[in-house]
Amino acid sequence: MKTLMLGNEAVARGLYEAGCSFVSSYPGTPSTEITEAVAKYPEVYAEWAPNEKVAMEAAFGASLSGSRSFCGMKHVGLNVAADPLFTIAYTGVNAGMVIAVADDAGMHSSQNEQDSRHYARAAKIPMLEPADSAEALAFTKLAYDLSEEFDTPVLLKMCTRVSHSQSVIEPGERTEHSKEYEKTPQKYIMMPGNAKRRHPVVEARTQALVEYAETAAVNRVEEGKERTLGIITSSTAYQYVKEVCGDKYPVLKLGMIWPLPVKKILDFAASVDQICVVEELDSFVETHCRELGLSPIGKETFPCIDEFSQNLVAEKLNESVPVAGVKLEEAIPARPPVMCAGCPHRGLLYTLAKNKITALGDIGCYTLGAVPPLGALDSTICMGASISGLHGFTKASGKKAVAVIGDSTFMHSGVTGLINAAYNESNSTVIIVDNSITGMTGHQQNPTTGFNLKGDPCTKIDLETLCKAVGIRRVRVVDPYDLAACDAVIKEELAADEPSVIISRRPCALLKYVKHNKPLVVDADKCKSCKMCMKIGCPAISMVDGKAKVDNTLCTGCGVCAQLCKFDALKAPEEV
Amino acid sequence: MKTKNVMIVGVGGQGSLLASKLLGRLLLTKGYDIKVSEVHGMSQRGGSVVTYVRFGDKVYSPIIDKGEADYIVSFELLEAARWTEYLKPDGKIVANTQQINPMPVITGAQTYPTELVAKMQAAGIDVDAFDALKLAEEAGSSKAVNIVLMGHLSRYFDFTLEEWMDAIEQSVPSKFLELNKKAFLLGREA
Repeated sequence: MKTLMLGNEAVARGLYEAGCSFVSSYPGTPSTEITEAVAKYPEVYAEWAPNEKVAMEAAFGASLSGSRSFCGMKHVGLNVAADPLFTIAYTGVNAGMVIAVADDAGMHSSQNEQDSRHYARAAKIPMLEPADSAEALAFTKLAYDLSEEFDTPVLLKMCTRVSHSQSVIEPGERTEHSKEYEKTPQKYIMMPGNAKRRHPVVEARTQALVEYAETAAVNRVEEGKERTLGIITSSTAYQYVKEVCGDKYPVLKLGMIWPLPVKKILDFAASVDQICVVEELDSFVETHCRELGLSPIGKETFPCIDEFSQNLVAEKLNESVPVAGVKLEEAIPARPPVMCAGCPHRGLLYTLAKNKITALGDIGCYTLGAVPPLGALDSTICMGASISGLHGFTKASGKKAVAVIGDSTFMHSGVTGLINAAYNESNSTVIIVDNSITGMTGHQQNPTTGFNLKGDPCTKIDLETLCKAVGIRRVRVVDPYDLAACDAVIKEELAADEPSVIISRRPCALLKYVKHNKPLVVDADKCKSCKMCMKIGCPAISMVDGKAKVDNTLCTGCGVCAQLCKFDALKAPEEV
Repeated sequence: MKTKNVMIVGVGGQGSLLASKLLGRLLLTKGYDIKVSEVHGMSQRGGSVVTYVRFGDKVYSPIIDKGEADYIVSFELLEAARWTEYLKPDGKIVANTQQINPMPVITGAQTYPTELVAKMQAAGIDVDAFDALKLAEEAGSSKAVNIVLMGHLSRYFDFTLEEWMDAIEQSVPSKFLELNKKAFLLGREA
């Protein structure tokens, strides 16, 4: 029966149907829903790993044992997992292994706009690239067949618009697949002697895959009425081309983006007057065409920045562009994402901003504390970089500063930075903002929450014990709703002559089990319009006619604003 | 049939994903090709969010571009004004008059524009604005704003009330079914 599915859910369906039985991933927008969706099939074991490297290695182990396996991640997650990726490329697989990587052109929810196709070429691993949900399902299944036929892990490249668009799919049945495990040291022990023998195997495999790419059904030519132009494209860029041009020009639609066919592209180029490569982000297919001696229209015309749209493609191909609607003359204020009302990060970040403390930030909801009015952060690079960066900052400058990192990000790659701070003895004060969940990606469990992906209770890693075990003697816990306590603890730990950890602990206000207090009320007679309560950037407070006003639909009664009011104008309803 | 385009815009957390799910379910039963493009992740935290719903004989692009929207359903007034360039010349905006201040307004860096409905109408934009929040509260929950708005949008579609109700039954948990049906009818009659 036809049904609507997100691209990510369709990948999950493909995993199920292909007989995948082991999934290990780390959440990251726009990849997260693949693993959340596949966890709902009882036939598939699925887990959140602490990071993408662990996830990929676990998936490799499962493949080695004879089970079809999967790991999914966002583009920057593949950087973390690049180490096993480049060597699993050498060992190949036992049962099929598929790795999904989801790019984020346009940076809807990411810190960079990297193009993951380069990894396929660099690691010498085939990569399939679906353009909608139906292809996401079909290509996932195909990826397992290729993985086993060519003895290689296979990359499945998603992007925001394929991952987060629903389109029509027709689900099929599950087929079980498993293999026997046989000890094969020369294939799986990558010490130099063996690896030297594996590298030629990898090169031969790529040649065999090029042959496959020449005739593969996923690389298809769609005929067009005119021969003046031929368009080579893939993924969501294909959809924009078809939206604009229909069947005007022939299109070579590439479903396998690495390795790329040679003869197929040369034949296609010979069949038209001029070829044009339409691809988001970097020149990848275009570079390949140029290596083949072709001169396509490419990145000189199409940008390497931001995602495409049908109007952009229409404009670049000199097709008609719809007339835009009326733009109001009125200035429309931007609406950037903000920390939610009742967010436990707010009190802690306010304390840092108030004391003008240099804070190296990390990846998570607390990154939103970087924007006005808090402006509490000094840097954000990648997962875990706050702690290691702080160590370098304090060692090199002798200045006092802090790191701010969430519970999930700390487990992902903060622990090793903390070990460095302890081992090399910098006066680092690391603040773990522990909201008991992975927040930004939409509430995924992690090793500190006591629950696994399937929602079952499991071992809960104790942050205090862990920090002490790696050599941090000063470990304090503070409630971020208590501004005075935050202020005192931060000042004391910054004054200490050794590394320390402050755990700012309170669960995310959006968690279902978190009970909210009644919304605060404003005593308008007492409000002196000083706007102190506005300094925390809470979306539930605004100034109306010169007086503070609390939005009852948003306020969770956390009381942080009330602690800032010198005139006692903000109160819980029971205090009035 | 030429592809029809509906944009659902609002503030992260207002429930636009349920609205697009409902519309998608209905369109699927009518045999259309459909694409629904959503926003997940960071923008959901109180930012400006947009969902694109496209349906027709064959839909390629998952997104809607400037000058293409037949309808813009806006959960919040400022958001309606933000996306006017995406409307077709003969397109229509269905807008909730509820106002939610964005952070630049909260901090005082900018002001929330006044008389937005009148200004949009003066600019020649077809705007059908009403207080969906009030009707949602009347139905039993302010969270039902999404269904109230879909009820109002349904006035402009040829599908029967029964077909809409079936789609609601498939899209919401049974314990909230009556509330949502009431919200839909209040929106449809508004």
